[in-house]
Amino acid sequence: MSGAEVVIVGGGVTGLSAGWWLARSGVKVTVVDKGIVGWEASGRNGGGASHYQSPLFEEEHRLWPQMDELLGYPTEHRKERIIIAMSERQWEQYRFVAERHRRLGHPVEVLDVKQVQDAVPLAGDNCFGGVHYRFGGHANPQRTVQAYAWALQDLGGTIVQHNAVTGFETASGKVTAVKTGAASYGCDSVVVAAGPQTAALMAQLGIAVPLANARAEMIITEPAPMMPIGGVDGHKLYGRQTMRGNLAYGGGPHEWIDVDATGPVARPSTPLMRNLASRLAELLPKAAHLNVIRSWAGVIENSPDGRPIIDRLTSPDNVVVASMSGVGFGLSPASGHAIRDLVLDGTCSFSDIGILGLSRFANLEPDWREKRGWMPIS
Amino acid sequence: MELNFAGTDLCAINGTRSAPDARYDVVVVGAGCSGTAAAIAAATAGSSVLLVDENPVSGALMGNDVPLYFGGRMTAATQNSERMLEAIFMSAPALEQAMEAGVEVLLGTSAWGVYRNGPGVSSLPEQVVGLADASRSWLVGFERIVLATGARDLALAFPGWNQPGVMGAAALRMLLTRYDAFAGRRVLVLGSHDLALESALLAHDRGLKVAGLVEVRDAPQGSADLVAQVAAAGIAIHCGQTIALAKGGIEGVEAATLSSGEVILCDTICMAVGLVPSIELVDAMHGPRTLIATRGGYIPAGEETVSAVGSCAGLADTGFDHIAYRMDWVRALSDVSADDTIVCQCEEVTRADLLGVQPPNYLARPAPMCARSLETLLVDGPANPDQIKRLTRAGMGVCQGRRCRDQVAMLLAIAADRPFGTIPLATHRAPVRPIPLKIMADWHESEAMSAAWDVWFGIPTQWVPVEDIGTPHEDEHRAMLYTGMYE
Ligand SMILES: Cc1cc2nc3c(=O)[nH]c(=O)nc-3n(C[C@H](O)[C@H](O)[C@H](O)COP(=O)(O)OP(=O)(O)OC[C@H]3O[C@@H](n4cnc5c(N)ncnc54)[C@H](O)[C@@H]3O)c2cc1C
Repeated sequence: MSGAEVVIVGGGVTGLSAGWWLARSGVKVTVVDKGIVGWEASGRNGGGASHYQSPLFEEEHRLWPQMDELLGYPTEHRKERIIIAMSERQWEQYRFVAERHRRLGHPVEVLDVKQVQDAVPLAGDNCFGGVHYRFGGHANPQRTVQAYAWALQDLGGTIVQHNAVTGFETASGKVTAVKTGAASYGCDSVVVAAGPQTAALMAQLGIAVPLANARAEMIITEPAPMMPIGGVDGHKLYGRQTMRGNLAYGGGPHEWIDVDATGPVARPSTPLMRNLASRLAELLPKAAHLNVIRSWAGVIENSPDGRPIIDRLTSPDNVVVASMSGVGFGLSPASGHAIRDLVLDGTCSFSDIGILGLSRFANLEPDWREKRGWMPIS
Repeated sequence: MELNFAGTDLCAINGTRSAPDARYDVVVVGAGCSGTAAAIAAATAGSSVLLVDENPVSGALMGNDVPLYFGGRMTAATQNSERMLEAIFMSAPALEQAMEAGVEVLLGTSAWGVYRNGPGVSSLPEQVVGLADASRSWLVGFERIVLATGARDLALAFPGWNQPGVMGAAALRMLLTRYDAFAGRRVLVLGSHDLALESALLAHDRGLKVAGLVEVRDAPQGSADLVAQVAAAGIAIHCGQTIALAKGGIEGVEAATLSSGEVILCDTICMAVGLVPSIELVDAMHGPRTLIATRGGYIPAGEETVSAVGSCAGLADTGFDHIAYRMDWVRALSDVSADDTIVCQCEEVTRADLLGVQPPNYLARPAPMCARSLETLLVDGPANPDQIKRLTRAGMGVCQGRRCRDQVAMLLAIAADRPFGTIPLATHRAPVRPIPLKIMADWHESEAMSAAWDVWFGIPTQWVPVEDIGTPHEDEHRAMLYTGMYE
C-alpha cells in the first residue's frame, strides 16, 4: 500500500491549494483525482477573486498578488474590478454595494460614465456609471490549477490522476486509508475536496454534507484590445478579459441537476449563450461585433446558505471536508491555507472560520432542497 | 435573517426558455449533393423540411478560414454577398428542384449548435438547432436533423504555411466550382492520393497551371486511373519529398522549397493530404462517434434523430488508411522543419511550445515553468489535447482549432509514442462557427428569463459580508439585492 501523511481527495483548486500549503509545511501529500486536475468547476469558471463576503477574504486579497511568485508558475492574476450599471435599478444597487464597501473599509470609487469609459474602453455611453473595486481581481482558472499542481510536485507532493476514490478504510475512530479502484493509499489525515461528489464520499463516513448541484454556463469571444482593467462585471454578468484579450462571461439562470456519484457524464451548454451574448453586447457595446467562439458549462455544488463548508470532523477526527459552494476559485489561496491549518493545528490561524462549519446545518430541515426549489427538473 | 422558502427558486432556469422561432419535421444542414438529395427525399415523403447552407459565407469569415481553409486565395468578388448568393445558387441546380419539392432553402445560414435534453440538462422545452445568418440568430425545432456538413481540410504546419496562398483542397474546390472566385494561378498540390489527384485535375481543367504534386511516400498513392490522367496532363509528381518552406512576399506565397532543395514557383500551395468529416455539430452535442481510418477519421455513429449523410458520414472507403498516411506526412514535416514552426496560427503557438507545454509569450516563464514539458506532463497521465490547449492556447483561437486540432492530436500521438486513436480530440463546443455577439444575441428574450436573471445563484445569504451577519445590514442587503426572490 502506497501512501502519504495526508491524502487529498479531489484535484480541483481547493484540494490542490491545500496540498500545496501542506507540502510547503514539509508534509508528504498525495492528491488523488478521478480525472485530470481542474477538469471540473476549477478549470471552467469565471476566474473571479473578490470574495468580500467571506471570512477568508483578507487572506485571499493578501495572497493573490504573490501567487505567481510563490507558486513559480503564471496564474494570469490581475488586480481590481469594475462593475458597470446598465439600468437605474442596477445603479442604485451597485452604489449600495459601494457604500457598504466603504463602511467595511474596502477601497472603492464610484465612477461616472466618462470615468467608466476611460477605464473600460469597450463600454459605451449607454451605462449609468460604475464602481471601481480597488481590491480583488481575477486569474486564469486552468493555468492556476496547473500551477498549484506543479508547485506541489516541486515540493515533493504526488498527484494521482484518473483514479476515482471509492471509499475509506477506518480503524479506531480514524481514516487509515483512502481506497480507489486500483489502489489504496495509507494516510494519517484525509482532506475531502471532491466538489459535487463530496456529499456521497462523506456519507460513507456517516457524515451528512448538505449539497445541491447545479450547472452554470459561460461564453467567450475572440480577443478584444486590452483594457486597463480586465475584471469588468455588471449588467448582472460576471467575467473577465483574459490576458490574451478574450472576453469570458457568465451569469443568468442555473439548472439544478443530479450528478452521478462518479461525476458528471457531460457538461452541456445551452442556447442560454444567446442571452449571455445580448447582455455582453449591451455591457460592452464596442465589443458587440466580436465573435463568440465558444461556450461551456460547469457543475457547482451549493450548500443551503451558499457559503463554503470547511471543517474538521470530530469523528473520524482526522478528516477535513471542504466544499466551496460556487465561490471556490478566488478563495483557493486562502481556503488551502485554512485547510492546512485545520489538518495540522486543528484550527485556522488567520481568521475565525466558524461560520463555515458543518454544525450550522445541524437543524436543517430534511426537505431543504424542496423548500428552496433546488430540485432537478423531472 | 429569517427566510421563508416558498418551494421555488426564482433564479433557476425552469420554464424561462423561449419556444423555438420555427419548427420543421426535418432540418438538413448542408446543401451539397447529399444534403439536397436528403431534403428532397424528405419533402417528397411529406415532411416539412428546412435546408440550410452557410455558403456564401461573408468575406470576413472566409478570411478566418471559415468553414474551409481558404488561405486568403479568394477574389474580391467574395466581398459582394449578393453576387456570391447568385453564384452559389446557380452552381447547384438541385436547389431549385428542392424548392419545387417544397423544401424551404436558406443560404448564407449556418447551424452553430444542436441542443437536446440528456445528461446534465433537462431544461430544454424541445430539441433545437441554432441558426444564424448575417443579421440574426434563431432557434428551430425539429423531429429529425440530417447533417450533410461535408468534410473540411486537414491542415498541416510547415515553415511559411501561415501566409496567404496556403490553402486546403476542399476550399479550392469550393472556390472553383461554387463561388467561381479563386484568385490563384499557379498551384502546387501536397499529396498524391485521390483527393490530391482530383484537385490537380480540377485546377488543370479550369485553366490553372498546376506546378506539380508532392508526395511524402515513395510512389503516388491514388487510383491508377487518376495517376494516369495527371501524367497525361503533363503534371509531375515529386515522390519521396515533402515541403520544407513556403517563401513569399506581401501577396503571400511565391515559391515552395521541397525537402530535396528543389524550388518550385507557385502562388498557391494546396494541402490535399486529407479531408476530415465535419462532425463539429455532433461533437458539440456529445453525439456518439467512431474512428474509422479508411473513412477519414472520426465519423458520427448515427442515431435515429441525428443522422449524417455524404462526406460528413465518412469519406468513400477505398481501403486506404488515411490516418497512417497523415501520420507519415506529419512525421516528415516535423523532421524537416524547425521547432519554432507555428502550429496554431490563431494563437501563434510553435511546435516547441506545444510540446514544451509552455504558456503564450505574454506570460513569464520562470525556471520551474521552463522545466515543464509534455514529457513531465505524461508522467501524470495520458496526453489530453484539451488540457494542453488550456496551457499553451493551441486551438483556442478564433478558428477554434479547425486548422490545428487534427495535427495537434497527431503531434501529441507521435511525441507520446501512442497510436493516434488513443489521443482524445480537443472538444468542439457551440457555437461551431464564430458568430458576433450582436448576431448571437437573443434580442427578444422571454420575460421569464429576464425575471430569473441574476449574476450568480440569487442565494440571499451567499454574499452577505461576514461582518454584517446578524446585524440590520443583513436585511438591508436582502432588501436591496434580492427583492422579491424569497418570501
Ligand atoms: C461557470 C462557473 C463559473 C464560476 N465562476 C467563479 C468565479 O468567478 N469565482 C470563483 O471563485 N468561483 C467561481 N466558480 C466556482 C468555482 O469554480 C468552484 O467553487 C471551485 O472551482 C471549486 O473547487 P474545488 O476544488 O472545491 O471543486 P472542483 O473543482 O469541483 O474539484 C473537485 C475535484 O474532485 C474530483 N473528484 C470528485 N470525486 C472524486 C473521487 N471520488 N475521487 C477522486 N477525485 C474526485 C473531481 O474530478 C474534481 O477535479 C464558478 C464555477 C462555474 C462552474
